[in-house]
Amino acid sequence: MLCDICNKNQATVHLTEIIDDQMNELHLCEECARQKSAQMEQQFGLSDLLAGMAQSEKPNAEKEALNLKCPSCKLTYADFKKIGRLGCGDCYVTFKRFLSPLLKRIHGSSQHFGKTPFKTGGKAVRKKADLQELRAGLQKAIEAEDFEEAARLRDQIREMERQQHNEGKATEHDA
Amino acid sequence: MTLDELLHHSSEWLKSTGPNSDIVISSRIRLARNLDKFPFPHWASKKQGEEVLLAIEGAVSRVEYLKNTTVFHLADLDSVDKQFLVERHLMSHEHAQKTNHKAVIIDSEEIVAIMVNEEDHLRMQVMQSGFNLRGAWEIINSIDDALAKELPIAFLPEWGYLTACPTNTGTGMRGSVMLHLPALVMTRQINRVLAAISKLSFTTRGLYGEGTEATGNFFQISNQVSLGHSEDEIIENINGLIRQIIEQENQAREMLMLRSKAMLEDRISRGFGILKSAHIISSQETIELLSMVRLGSDLGLLKDIDRRSINELFIVTQPAHLQKIENKRLNSQERDLKRAEIIRDKLKT
Repeated sequence: MLCDICNKNQATVHLTEIIDDQMNELHLCEECARQKSAQMEQQFGLSDLLAGMAQSEKPNAEKEALNLKCPSCKLTYADFKKIGRLGCGDCYVTFKRFLSPLLKRIHGSSQHFGKTPFKTGGKAVRKKADLQELRAGLQKAIEAEDFEEAARLRDQIREMERQQHNEGKATEHDA
Repeated sequence: MTLDELLHHSSEWLKSTGPNSDIVISSRIRLARNLDKFPFPHWASKKQGEEVLLAIEGAVSRVEYLKNTTVFHLADLDSVDKQFLVERHLMSHEHAQKTNHKAVIIDSEEIVAIMVNEEDHLRMQVMQSGFNLRGAWEIINSIDDALAKELPIAFLPEWGYLTACPTNTGTGMRGSVMLHLPALVMTRQINRVLAAISKLSFTTRGLYGEGTEATGNFFQISNQVSLGHSEDEIIENINGLIRQIIEQENQAREMLMLRSKAMLEDRISRGFGILKSAHIISSQETIELLSMVRLGSDLGLLKDIDRRSINELFIVTQPAHLQKIENKRLNSQERDLKRAEIIRDKLKT
């Protein structure tokens, strides 16, 4: 059998290549096989593979994000990165997972504690925020082994949860 | 109300009637709001921009709090008129640049000013004389509530009010206090104070807000963070900081009176002398000397002049104001002459 590449020398190396689900058998002479394997090493070097694994999430996520487009105003994430301004209120929903860490970096928080445009919603949001703050405080107190403070916070949280529970019931009755 | 009527009228916040008016010129609260389902101004088409302007004008006309307001479309104003509004702190420099579908809505006392289609659909501000952020908040909060009943506001419970720039997301609130701190500047303590302020995530700007440098001895201090704290907390944080700065400025003033009274009196009297007698004066020199005269009045070293007149001189000696008063275009040299004339006239005893 002659070598598939040079068609001159006797084929002594038998390779099976799979490209795009197509199986290919190659019969090569020693010389051509050496060249071919050097090529293949360049394509699939181990170091490349490791680097690729390390970044396998990031470049794709970033690339995917840049093409992400707000369905309402058609602003892409790439546009946002370029101009530093969002296109409309819906952009906040579209780019949520990228904006959350950004808001945290800018403001040190990604939870709104202020007023709301809806008359009744305001109180509930504030309570939820208070609860989150209390729970965070409780965690800190436990870590610092300040058990007196922790007990005080625990009681406060229970009291607030009880109130919310009752208010929830009251609303159900109203409805 | 016309712009010419504003010219012969003194803004409420200039009257020096509020708390700590010796050191604090004014307090301002600004809220950024956007209409749901409409692209933000920079991303909106001509048609969408027009629709937003129309919707906001309609809503404003139905709000009781805003019944004494006038709408000025920027497309109808010439460059002097626009600069005039900037000089009166009724709109931003940026708002004056491109005029498409932009408006500013002002009440006759100049307490309320609403910019339409600036960076956000609505940029509302309330100004108060002296150290009074709470007073400003009460007014703007009511206006905001009333407008929210008329307009669909872009809002997420988790992130609050949604703004074009993520630095304003959350409360959309910026509280600013304009301070006159000549003694901290003279005693070279100001850099230490400003460095501390920036570490606490507050910003310091000049007389005309964003992008302007502090001129003379005037500093505008605002909160940087708008998400993660309630409006009350943000105001309380600014107030706490401002109280400390007032205290430091007062201490520096006392120290100067005690140790360098002759130098202080000399600078104040020379400043007053130049303002009373100059025939040509630049706006920069005017600001610097008026600052000395204001300090002299605060310390009781100058008896015949009240703070309100000095505050008004700061405003009316600016380029667009001089041109509105003369009712014609003036070049820089003509303005320096006119400015000196107005100051001499006002300080005449």
